Amino acid sequence: MEQNIISGNVIDVLGGGRKLAKLLKSNTGIVLNEKTVYSWKQQGVPDKWKPVLVKLLVKNGFEVPKSFLLPGMDIANFQITNSKNIESLYSTKDSNLEEISPLLLKEFYYEMLLLRRFEEKVGQMYGLGLIGGFCHLYIGQEAVSVGMEKAIKKQDAVITGYRCHAHLISRGTDPYVIFSELLGKNDGISSGKGGSMHMFDPKNNFWGGHGIVGAQVPIGIGLAFSLKYKNTNNLSVTYFGDGAANQGQVYESYNMASLWKLPVIFCIENNQYGMGTSIKKASAGNDLSKHGESFDIPGIAVDGMNPVSVYLAAKKAANWVRSGNGPIILEMKTYRYRGHSMSDPAKYRTREEVQRMRDEKDPIESIRNKLLNENIYNEEEVNKIDKTIRQEISDKADKAINADVSNLDNIHTHVLL
Amino acid sequence: MANVTVRLAIRDAIAEEMRKNPDIFLIGEEVGEYEGAYKVSQGLLAEFGNKRIIDTPITEAGFTGLAVGAAMGGLVPIVEFMTWNFAFQAIDQIINSAAKTLYMSGGKVNIPIVFRGPNGSALQVAAQHSHDLSSIFSNIPGLVVLSPYDSADAKGMLKAAINSPNPVIFLENEILYNESFEVPDGDYIIPIGKASIKKSGKDITLVSFSRGVHTSLEASKILSKHNINAEVIDLRSLRPIDFETIINSVKKTNNIITVEEGWLSSGLGAEIISRVSSEAFNYLDAPPLRIGALDVPLPYAKNLEEQSIPTAKRVAKECLYHLQNN
Repeated sequence: MEQNIISGNVIDVLGGGRKLAKLLKSNTGIVLNEKTVYSWKQQGVPDKWKPVLVKLLVKNGFEVPKSFLLPGMDIANFQITNSKNIESLYSTKDSNLEEISPLLLKEFYYEMLLLRRFEEKVGQMYGLGLIGGFCHLYIGQEAVSVGMEKAIKKQDAVITGYRCHAHLISRGTDPYVIFSELLGKNDGISSGKGGSMHMFDPKNNFWGGHGIVGAQVPIGIGLAFSLKYKNTNNLSVTYFGDGAANQGQVYESYNMASLWKLPVIFCIENNQYGMGTSIKKASAGNDLSKHGESFDIPGIAVDGMNPVSVYLAAKKAANWVRSGNGPIILEMKTYRYRGHSMSDPAKYRTREEVQRMRDEKDPIESIRNKLLNENIYNEEEVNKIDKTIRQEISDKADKAINADVSNLDNIHTHVLL
Repeated sequence: MANVTVRLAIRDAIAEEMRKNPDIFLIGEEVGEYEGAYKVSQGLLAEFGNKRIIDTPITEAGFTGLAVGAAMGGLVPIVEFMTWNFAFQAIDQIINSAAKTLYMSGGKVNIPIVFRGPNGSALQVAAQHSHDLSSIFSNIPGLVVLSPYDSADAKGMLKAAINSPNPVIFLENEILYNESFEVPDGDYIIPIGKASIKKSGKDITLVSFSRGVHTSLEASKILSKHNINAEVIDLRSLRPIDFETIINSVKKTNNIITVEEGWLSSGLGAEIISRVSSEAFNYLDAPPLRIGALDVPLPYAKNLEEQSIPTAKRVAKECLYHLQNN
């Protein structure tokens, strides 16, 4: 009985039988007799028609009675909000800098150096012929992964493309299992079946390691979808490069992520070159942070060579996403010193350009100098840290080199469960 | 037992499994308010709400990738393609992301997901809406490929697909949606990888799947008028294929003809006959034969279309010729 009163109200609010029948026709293409619609006042609205009526109520700014909603229906999915309070995102107040404690600077230094020494070792081992296939190094981009990781939680999901070793280590994966994977060993994180580009660590909420440029982006919003579906307050950090930013499915993902307010940070690592093609030659509208505008996704361009800038932007972004605002784009302006992959002599750019970036913008050097200038560490201490890291990396690499190759039985496992 | 259409059987399988497991959701174009382009998802939005029945923009690559990510995140997506033809837009996500991740991750990440929708030709919808993708997906390790014929199998096989920890390609047929067949009462599952002998016979084995089963059964009626008793096998599962059932049948009938609606080059018939030749060569009385679509993109005109896809008459005629001339 109560249902019928509510149905009656809903129909009256939407203009009564005749007007509503017309509205339903224009919205669904289905022609209904106005008497049928009117009869719903007495008999209640059939469940089948409730979704479109809810849509009409929301669209016209009427309140939707809770008991009118079907089980499992979420009113938020019907709401279209175009205005967002995005000013807070773009405020340039430096008060946030107070958050940067000496401890955080020390961690930035340690973690970036760990990534660099790891990748340098990988480069050496590749040169010796110990590692095969494609191998893409992260050297130069360390500030991005380290700064982002410090601003998010372990329960958040992370996914990226094939330049993935650093993101794994930042998530907490033991470098030994990564070395082992690169060497095709049994102890490898994918038992030697994935290689450099395909590594997954669900325990640390790392979801690959994807070899197809841009394909990780819809998967990343799918992770965000699952986090929202399960009513968590966690988010997905979906990394991709300036090259991938031109893939169609990236824009498909922007659209759905914004439409459904999915909790995702799109983190574009713009290292200026998609393989050998400069962004200037590849992207119309070089400002990747603005590529979400027509999807109502705010974006921030960030100095990706500075972990402090990355960290602060990521904190803001995470806060924005966790508050239920939907996705955000962070464009990290960064640079890789090495070629696209190990087989790339990088003839598309000058040596001087690379050298200038190394001299003037190196993220590790700048944090090292900051630590020294602010007397947080002395010269001896920073050198000792480097030595410890080199030793750890060297030991783990040696252990992996001496480990058993992937067991032949692994060929046939894990095709299906 | 109740008489229900294939359409309703598929709907019931989805609804029954969704009632059991809150992590299952249905996603695709027009699956919600419109209740499916072919009305397969009738009533599902009303029952489960728009959190679990999700209308997408027209964005196949995007929502397929999204579903793969959701599966990584612990959900069980059922992805509806309005027709399988549109899955070409998304085939990278199906093959590179869904099928290969378990292997590439050394077993760490599985993708429990069902991709479903109508496959193959309908009535005069021409080349871009008539593609049969069965042999394409059957080529891919890491996928399970199922294609039901009748309502009972459609329901039981879809339940198996939804409960599978692997990515499953579920190939339905638009024309079969309206056909009614008996469906057992209660909850049941048809195991993956088991063929079904639809008609027992002793003279020749006809192997087919989906609508081809109907064609083969009709052909067997024509053949019986010529005193030929054909055995009709419904593959049901295209990957893995139940070779045991096929080979046992060949050992009995000593003749085999495959019937498919896809093209013959590198098709399912080629695969089956290759295996039969390797494993039961000495049992064959005649060279095995394949019947399939003509080697052309499917034409629009009614008379041309009818010529291009196997009909019961054509299958019967080729069987007779085959048996009489070998």
